[in-house]
Amino acid sequence: MHHNIIVREVANLFFPIIILFGLYVQFHGDFGPGGGFQAGVIIAVGIILYALVHGLDKTRRLIPEKAVRIGMSLGVLLYAGVGVVTLLLGAEFLNYNVLVANPLTGQHLGIFLIELGVGITVATVMVMIFYAFAGRGQE
Amino acid sequence: MMLTATAVALLCIQSLFVAAMLTGIYSLLSAALFVLLDAVDVAFTEAAVGAGITTVLFLGMLARIPSRPEQYRKLHLRVGPMLAVLITGAALIYATHDMPAFGDPKAPANVHVAPRYINDSAREVGPPNIVTSVLASYRGYDTLGEVTVIFTAGVGVLLLLGHRRRREDRDAP
Amino acid sequence: MSWLVHYNYWIVIVLMMIGLYLVMARHILPRKIIGLNVFQTSVFVLFISMGAVNDASAPILAEGITQYANPLPHVLILTAIVVGVSTTSLALALIVRINEAYGTIDEERIHQIDEED
Repeated sequence: MHHNIIVREVANLFFPIIILFGLYVQFHGDFGPGGGFQAGVIIAVGIILYALVHGLDKTRRLIPEKAVRIGMSLGVLLYAGVGVVTLLLGAEFLNYNVLVANPLTGQHLGIFLIELGVGITVATVMVMIFYAFAGRGQE
Repeated sequence: MMLTATAVALLCIQSLFVAAMLTGIYSLLSAALFVLLDAVDVAFTEAAVGAGITTVLFLGMLARIPSRPEQYRKLHLRVGPMLAVLITGAALIYATHDMPAFGDPKAPANVHVAPRYINDSAREVGPPNIVTSVLASYRGYDTLGEVTVIFTAGVGVLLLLGHRRRREDRDAP
Repeated sequence: MSWLVHYNYWIVIVLMMIGLYLVMARHILPRKIIGLNVFQTSVFVLFISMGAVNDASAPILAEGITQYANPLPHVLILTAIVVGVSTTSLALALIVRINEAYGTIDEERIHQIDEED
């Protein structure tokens, strides 16, 4: 697919749009349809599109495998970390009311952080799985 | 209806490649069905996951597996499984007579805990999207568990497919 | 029309049985995974159709709407879809490894090879 100029240019055009849309879905999930799960999947789809058109090696240089692996654990840690912070602040696990003085703001912050954790995990796991499948054939 | 038609096509299709493509179509159709049933968040996810990632993964798997003649052998009807499936299906259809009608607001699923989410989530949690507040706040434990499952599946795929290539990378330069 | 009020369950059952048949009757492993996927989606449809309410709108709070669809099944299925794709990918990875170890993805051939050893 390297040599097909139409496919390459269209993919180049779509790649930033897909990533931008993914970020919009991530941070607008409280108000409209969306959230961490969808955003993670959309961002992963964007990266996979890039990898399909430009080849795996170029994508690995853009997003190193090590960073993807760290992201996988970081997302889960962020999620569980919010729970631990609420525990330390004297409330139940994952009770966001105590994060800030105002309970509603606390809830909002908690949901924001958790959706971020979910998004990071889902996106990196999907990219990692794709790397694993695609890299298998390069031997 | 089209969903069922695609599933029936999946039954008889012989080529694995076509079957992988049909699963993508199947997912996209079910996403359309979810929109009709007012589940926008779910439809969103199903469209991105089912039609996008699953199809790519299936193709990635098929690329690793050389095609052999035995995969294209004629698919014949198996009597034993077919009988078992027909009996189970008939029993399940018989059981639906006691189920609540489709779209009934007074169905048991809709009167227990859902009204509290709908009526109080704006005051207790905030976001207008009820699905988000239930997902992240009321049922945060569930979601933490599910994120962990996804993480574990990712680690499992890495363990299965990741190691040999990495060793070769180290030898390569 | 009272006998038609359960048609959503019937569609689900038909899909479910197609998936079950694919899992039971096919011995090429990727076909089993496809059958499992069909079965999985039928369960999604079951949950979402149970949460649907007549004349309701999507569960996003807005002015002037009184009847919302049940948000709880949406949450359960939303996460189940993403979990489903990651477990499917695990199964596909297993198939790739099986193919490397046995040189086939046909279940009956695998049993034959196991017995020969």
